Amino acid sequence: MLLRVENLSKAYPGPEGPVPVLRGVGLQLRAGETLALRGESGSGKSTLLHLVGGLDRADAGRIAIDGQDVTGLDDPGRAALRRGTVGVIFQQFNLIPSLNVRANIAFQARLAGRHDAARAARLADALGLTAQLDKYPEQLSGGQQQRVAIARTLAARPALVLADEPTGNLDEATAAAVMDQMLALVAETGAGLMMVTHSPDLAGRLGRQLHLRQGRLA
Amino acid sequence: MTRAGLSALWSFWRRNPLQLFTLVAGLALATALWSGVQALNAQARASYDAAAAVLGEGRYDQLIPAAGETVAQDSYLALRRAGWQVSPVLEGPLQARQARVRLVGIDPLTAPGGVGPMTRSEAATLPAFLSEGVVFAHPGIAEALAGTLSQRVVADPGLAPDTAITDIGVAQRLLGRDDLSRLILAEDQPIGRPDLSDVAPGLIRRASQQASDIGQLTDSFHLNLTAFGLLSFAVGIFIVHGAIGLAFEQRRAMIRTLRTLGLSLRRLMVLMGLELALIALVAGGIGVALGYVLAAGLLPDVAATLEGLYGAQVAGGLQLDPVWWLSGLGIALLGAVLAGAGAFWKIIRMPVLATGARAWAVATGRGRGCQGAAALALLGLAGLGTLLGGGLIAGFASLACLLLGAALALPLVLDRLLALGEAFARGVRTEWFLADTRQQLPGLSLALMALLLAMAANIGVSTMVSSFRMTFTGFLDQRLFAELYVEAEDTTQGAAVADFVQDRGATVLPIQWVDTHIAGQAAEVYGTRVAPAYVENWRFIAQDGTDSAVWDRVADGAAAIINEQLARRADLWPGDPLPLAADRTLPIAGVVGDYGNPIGQVVIGEGLFERLFPAAAPERFGLVTDTPAALRAALQDDLGLAAGQITDQAALKQFSLGVFERTFTVTAALNVLTLAVAGFAILMSLLTLAAMRVPQLAPAWALGLTRASLGRLEVLRALVLAALTGLVALPLGLALAWLLLAVINVEAFGWRLPMFLFPGDYAVLGGFALLAALLAALWPAWRLARTPPSELLKVFANDA
Repeated sequence: MLLRVENLSKAYPGPEGPVPVLRGVGLQLRAGETLALRGESGSGKSTLLHLVGGLDRADAGRIAIDGQDVTGLDDPGRAALRRGTVGVIFQQFNLIPSLNVRANIAFQARLAGRHDAARAARLADALGLTAQLDKYPEQLSGGQQQRVAIARTLAARPALVLADEPTGNLDEATAAAVMDQMLALVAETGAGLMMVTHSPDLAGRLGRQLHLRQGRLA
Repeated sequence: MTRAGLSALWSFWRRNPLQLFTLVAGLALATALWSGVQALNAQARASYDAAAAVLGEGRYDQLIPAAGETVAQDSYLALRRAGWQVSPVLEGPLQARQARVRLVGIDPLTAPGGVGPMTRSEAATLPAFLSEGVVFAHPGIAEALAGTLSQRVVADPGLAPDTAITDIGVAQRLLGRDDLSRLILAEDQPIGRPDLSDVAPGLIRRASQQASDIGQLTDSFHLNLTAFGLLSFAVGIFIVHGAIGLAFEQRRAMIRTLRTLGLSLRRLMVLMGLELALIALVAGGIGVALGYVLAAGLLPDVAATLEGLYGAQVAGGLQLDPVWWLSGLGIALLGAVLAGAGAFWKIIRMPVLATGARAWAVATGRGRGCQGAAALALLGLAGLGTLLGGGLIAGFASLACLLLGAALALPLVLDRLLALGEAFARGVRTEWFLADTRQQLPGLSLALMALLLAMAANIGVSTMVSSFRMTFTGFLDQRLFAELYVEAEDTTQGAAVADFVQDRGATVLPIQWVDTHIAGQAAEVYGTRVAPAYVENWRFIAQDGTDSAVWDRVADGAAAIINEQLARRADLWPGDPLPLAADRTLPIAGVVGDYGNPIGQVVIGEGLFERLFPAAAPERFGLVTDTPAALRAALQDDLGLAAGQITDQAALKQFSLGVFERTFTVTAALNVLTLAVAGFAILMSLLTLAAMRVPQLAPAWALGLTRASLGRLEVLRALVLAALTGLVALPLGLALAWLLLAVINVEAFGWRLPMFLFPGDYAVLGGFALLAALLAALWPAWRLARTPPSELLKVFANDA
């Protein structure tokens, strides 16, 4: 099992005490499987993604990736997890503005010690970025920036890809094109994919769907 | 509408208190350094101007004791009886409650015209001064004196601070003394009066300031301080400019909204102007208060320096002058206007529908092309001004162009250096670190410019001061190499001294000269008995042959040595013929540095001098001996010389060096303060940028860098930028030193100081700059390392 989440809970502090966001969530994901997380705003989708991606810590429960319990990892341990095991694609792209496209694509793979220039070039080619390699993020359109973010994640060959509304900032046609490319490339790597989305159409293209409602799986 | 507009504008500062603090602190520091230095200058000038106006100090020649500190009243009486027009002065400290008063007694009947307060005071007449024992006192001590003394005390603002003046008889009673401190010599003296040495052999004559060119030296001291004050002010204004620029950029959206809602551009400008003026006044008030503290702290060193160098009395306490307060507030307002003018101009030109989402750093970066062109133009002007310009103003203009041009060029130079580093970097973290550092440059550039100016000023001034110190020490060694200096009463005693000393195995070096004109310039021609000590101690700045060859030719009467002043004024250099007399011309064999002397000098051999000027005979002698104390005692005991006739040159050298060291204590203190202000600028810039950094650093964190490592990299970034700025500051500081030594000094004083390099000092300064950068970066880095993941996650959050 690539990902095993058991009884996961998380609350954020609020003016009138802790506000629970996740309440005992559990799920599993196999390598090569794709999973859509759906739910209304505030249902806890992104929080679940952040916890699995080692970006935040759970209050209770357990997360195991590739059989390794990652719930109790300290800051350096979670940083290593983000570098080597998972890759996160954000809605806001979150490219590094000071690096050009080529360096952005290579960045995470180099951090993980898995940089392969030929693979990065293939990804850039597959995502239609070859002509943009020497440009900086501010010089790209939204669709181009998201393609760079996808290439950056896949170039690192993570076992688990987490995507948080990856096409939320794109128009419909661009979103569809980016989605096609992303799914094809993820399938090629054999990684597991967990994607947060509001769109029923996009969710329908993934292998499985889960619905979150008020912090619980419906 | 006005109230609503002001409320909206002010809400920005309420939400961004750190930026408000940066703005106020930057302006306050700039004002403090400027007004502190101005207060020092004003206090020193007022003190010796007042002393000169009231006591004739500096205006008249004076008779002072050759040894000790008192003049016997009998000497005064003897001089008066002999026809000398002298007037007695007694000075001494007097305690009046908590105040320490400098009490001065004068005799208004014999004092030269204009000396004494009663000539311009209506509060007391001359008879009252003489018969009632009126005491005139500076207003600051008048009340304390009135409560202590039985005499009538009249406050006189024209007196120097902490000074009181009264009839000499009253002063003697109050001080419990029956002697005098010195005698003022009237300008017109009767012809045929006996020599001073005959009437009062224990007294020597001290020339008035006009004759000794002391005004020029005090002016150079004040110029030094003013230049520092101005530079410190500029460093502070860089901080303010950054703070105002950032605040205005961040308020673009608000300004657009206010205008959209109906607030006219004119009213908006007025409101923002009022807001800035209010902040400037508050900051100016704080700055003036800080400046007072700074000036009060440095005043004892300034007072000691001026007294040691020029004999000028400066009060130990600082006076609070309303004009000084007003000028401090004025400079704060001026600084705010200078720093805010660009931002105001941008707002005036901004269309109502302009976007509010422009990144400050990016916006600043867009002006790089113009900035580079301006930097090149200014550096070119500096070069042209140095090569082609003449005069002091051209020298200072070149200096200003150089500093401003270098400051403007700094971000571009740093960008290129970092890009070069990127090209050679190996490792993804290094590449990202360098790329990210380049991206931060626009936001940090003003603080780095401030650091550059502070470091360059430190390097430049410390090079100048240390070069001056080495040259001065060498000059003292050159001029004071003889252990003792004897001034005989007449040629007969002089001959006796020479015989006496030679019998005891010491070397006698007669000092004899005539005043004349050489090549159209006023000059002194010295006849020198060439001795090995001259060859060992004198250093030439230009010469024709080896040291010993030059001196051999001088001893043979075949060549002359001239000083630098004469060389530069008459454009005479080694090999050129020097017309000594109508029928005598000698080639110049060497030019010697003669620092601080305004008059041209020629040195020729003793034999030739005696042939050319047979009427001159030596009365002064340098004595080279291994036993100076014993020889001095013998000269006094066996030959009957007065103590005042013999000068211990080693002690004099020690004293001179001591005074010199103290002079630059003030400069060193200002150096440290300027560097501290630059460190503050970096801290404020980093703190201001910290909020912008989170979105930039969050992706790197998300991709696997820990918060701790990001914090460490932030510290490293500050250190790298400070180190690179230091690399740029080194040549700039050396260029500054060269301009000061080789251009401005020559224009101002007519002689050029050799420039020495002090790598050890520069390394220490670099260490201090790195320390300042480290201290400035620690807190922002610590805050970054402690940023909760939830804050970083907000960057990625679409919903919860």
